[in-house]
Order: sequence, then structure tokens, then C-alpha cells
Amino acid sequence: MLRDKINGYFIELTNITLFTGSALKHIFKRPFESREFVRQMFEVGYRSIGLISITAFIMGLVLTMQTRPVMEEFGAESWVPTMIFIAVIIEIGPVVTALLFAGKVGSRIGAELSSMRVTEQIDAMEVSGIYPMKYLVVTRVLATTLMLPILVFYADFLALLGSYLGYTLHNTIGLWLFIRESFDELYFIDLIPATIKTFIFGFFIGILSCYTGYTTNKGAEGVGLATNTAVILSSLSIFIIDLITVQITEMIVQ
Amino acid sequence: MKKEKIKNQGHVIDIEGLNKSFGDNHVLKDINLHLAPDENLVILGRSGTGKSVLIKCIVGLEDFDSGTIYVLGNNIGIMNEFALNDLRQNIGFLFQGGALYDSMSVEDNLFFSLERNARHLSRGEMEDIIDDVLESIGLLDAKKKMPVELSGGMKKRAGLARTLVLKPKVILYDEPTTGLDPFTSQGISELIVEVKKRYNTAAIIVTHDMKTAKITADRMIIMEKGEILARGTYNEVKQVQNDVVQGFFN
Repeated sequence: MLRDKINGYFIELTNITLFTGSALKHIFKRPFESREFVRQMFEVGYRSIGLISITAFIMGLVLTMQTRPVMEEFGAESWVPTMIFIAVIIEIGPVVTALLFAGKVGSRIGAELSSMRVTEQIDAMEVSGIYPMKYLVVTRVLATTLMLPILVFYADFLALLGSYLGYTLHNTIGLWLFIRESFDELYFIDLIPATIKTFIFGFFIGILSCYTGYTTNKGAEGVGLATNTAVILSSLSIFIIDLITVQITEMIVQ
Repeated sequence: MKKEKIKNQGHVIDIEGLNKSFGDNHVLKDINLHLAPDENLVILGRSGTGKSVLIKCIVGLEDFDSGTIYVLGNNIGIMNEFALNDLRQNIGFLFQGGALYDSMSVEDNLFFSLERNARHLSRGEMEDIIDDVLESIGLLDAKKKMPVELSGGMKKRAGLARTLVLKPKVILYDEPTTGLDPFTSQGISELIVEVKKRYNTAAIIVTHDMKTAKITADRMIIMEKGEILARGTYNEVKQVQNDVVQGFFN
């Protein structure tokens, strides 16, 4: 029983790897589906802005409100902007934004592709001489890979504004001074691993969501299952990638 | 590959010793058949007898365990993804539910296929082809409609139009009249005959409906549990003394 389960996981892992390989192969095959790619960027990027704006702003605000009293006790209140911003830029911003993105975009991709599979629309593309892997998968994976880093930068900025609001509830400080203090201990090198991992998050959210939708085979039940699995796998992958990135970054820094 | 092509003497489709299983379920057992140019071949059988799996094997949507399938002289079993894709431009496939892309209008469904397979054509030329095809199947008035606004019969017509814009040499129909009322069903069957005459296509029509088979078939095959029970013209098959075969005529 346990052996079958372990075998099942390895088979699934192999299938995901093969699926990823096939998608990568189609990235470089012409012609490129540029119109669909732009549409997907709009769908996954622009349509996520509302959710990410509210969440990022509140995240910055709440983090500051909860951290400030503790820092005040140690006489380090002036370090709050720096500390919050470094935490947001390096860890909280990318991970929280990626999780929200996985929930919103991953579920949409999983549901859309699985419903297309169930209604034979993907088969119809194949028999019409169209590469569904290129039209449906490559465009979505590239869109999630490119849009997530942009959304993370945007979320970081809004978290900074939220943090400013939280800080000014008890202190008087100008916005520009607050921003300057926030950036005080942040170095360009800190941004590199944080940015690279957002690209990787985006890629995995895209590929795993596409995989679950594209390979569904259980009719209407499969649509629900694919949607659910897309979010679970994407979210899980974010934490695993984050863990690996932290290890690699530490190794490089040391 | 060239050597393989010589083996097929004028047949559009040639199948020899085809076997296909899903786990322990042996759905196709030693299938042998051929399809001549300009011929409508009906594969008749009850649900779950492997008819749809057979035509999905022909177009490469399903792998098969053993045997050979030649389509337009090409051995499907040894073709890679890209070669298969090129071949599919000559094969039309009408899915049971039409399988229209539900985010596009009827016109855009046709454009989508055409603009990716006929890049040498101008937008105007493509529009002319689309209007011509839609008119020939009686769907010109619905070209701006979305799939959700179409009836079952219209969806199948639109699905057929989408394959016809690519001017296929062979069309595979998967249960073209299932789920339709008798009048619409007859209309679709007559359309299949009309398409053959107008576009000079060969076709395999998979169905469990004897009325559709009678109207559309030049030749027919009756399948049961993955095996071919009878083959011939309508009148020849009618003479076969077998309970399952006779069940379709009574």
C-alpha cells in the first residue's frame, strides 16, 4: 500500500518533468503565440492587482503595528522601517504575493484547462494541426513567470505605504524620510535572490497549474480536482523553492 | 518512410491487426479495415465497443498496443509529434459535442484553425473561405454567435465547418447525431453526404444509430466488444445472421 503510494508520487513527478520538458521544447518552436501571450499577461497580471493591492497594503500596516511596540521596548523604534522593509523585500513580499497568485491564477488556469480537456477542446486543437502545448501552456507559463516578479515589486511598494501608515499612527515622520530609512540597510545584492525566486515561483505556479488542468481525465469531477490540486501543488512548490533558495543564498553569502 | 508509403495502394486509411487495451480491458481486437478515397465508411456499434477509441487511434489522439495504421500513406505509429501535426491538417475530426472553443465566436473558431494552418492566405481570403464554408453548411447567420448560444445541431455544424475550412482529405465523425432530435439528426446525416459530394472527402462515421448509418454509408462495419462482426454494404450486412447484427436492423 505504502509502496504503491510512493510509486505513484514518483510516477507523477516523472510526468510533471516530462510535461515541463515538452513545454520548454515548444517555447523555442516558431511561430510564437504572441497575441495569446499578451492576453494571458493581462489575465494573470492586471486581474490580480486588486487582490494583491489590498493584501500587500494591509500586510505592511499590520506588520508595523505589531512590531513597533516590541521595538519601542528595546529602544529601537527607529529601526522599524528598515526591519519591516527588509523582511517584506526578502521574504514576506515574494512568498505572500506568490501564495495569493497561486490561489487566484493557479485555480483559474487549472479550471480553464481541465474544462477544455473535458469538453475535448484540447483534442480539437491537436487534430486541427494546432499545438495546444504552445498555445495553452507556453503562453500561460511565460505570463506567470514574467508577471509575478512585477506584482511582487508592486506589492513591496504598497506594503511600504501600509507600513508608513502604521508607523505614523504613533510617530511623526515624512514619507520621504521613512522611505530613505527603509532603504537604509537594504543593498542591491539583497534584491537579487529575492527577485530570482519570484521568477521561479511564477514558473512553477504556471507549469503545475497547467499540468493539473491539461492532464485531467475524470470528467466534471476532474475539473474540481484539477482546480484544487493546482492550488495545493503551486502553494507547496512555493515553500519548497523558498527553502532551497534560502539555503543556496546562505551558501553563496558564506 | 517512402518505402512504407508504397505499401498503401490508393487507400486513404489502412489498418492492419490493430490492438488497444486500457489496463486489462482489451478494447480493440485485431482490427483490419481500409477506407477508399471518396468513400463514407460507417462504423456501427453499441456504446463502449471501442468505435471512438478506434478513430482516436487513427488521428493519433490515442496510442495503440500493436498493429499498423496508415493515413494518407503515413504510418501513424512511427510519426513524431511534429510530423503528426502536419498530417492532421489533412484530417478533419468532428467531436461528439462539437468541441468548439467556448471563448470564441463561431467565426473566430474557424479563423483560429485557418490562420495557424494557412499562413499564406490574406485576412480577406480567409474571410471568403469561412463565409463559403458557413454558407455551405447553413450556418452563415450564426457566424457571430458564441458557442453557448448555439443548439446541439448548430454546434455540430460549426464543428464540421471548422474542419472543412482546412480542406481535409478525410473526415472522422464521432457520433455526429448523438443527442439530437430525429429531424436535426436527419439533417446532419444528409449534410455528411452533401459534404462528401461537395468537398470530395472520404469519411469514417462512428455511430450507434442505424438511421444515420443507412443515410451516410457507402459501406459499413459492425463492431461488438472491440471486434468486427460484419462488413459490407447496407444490404450485405443486413443478410448477416448474427443476433447483434440483426439487433441493429430490427
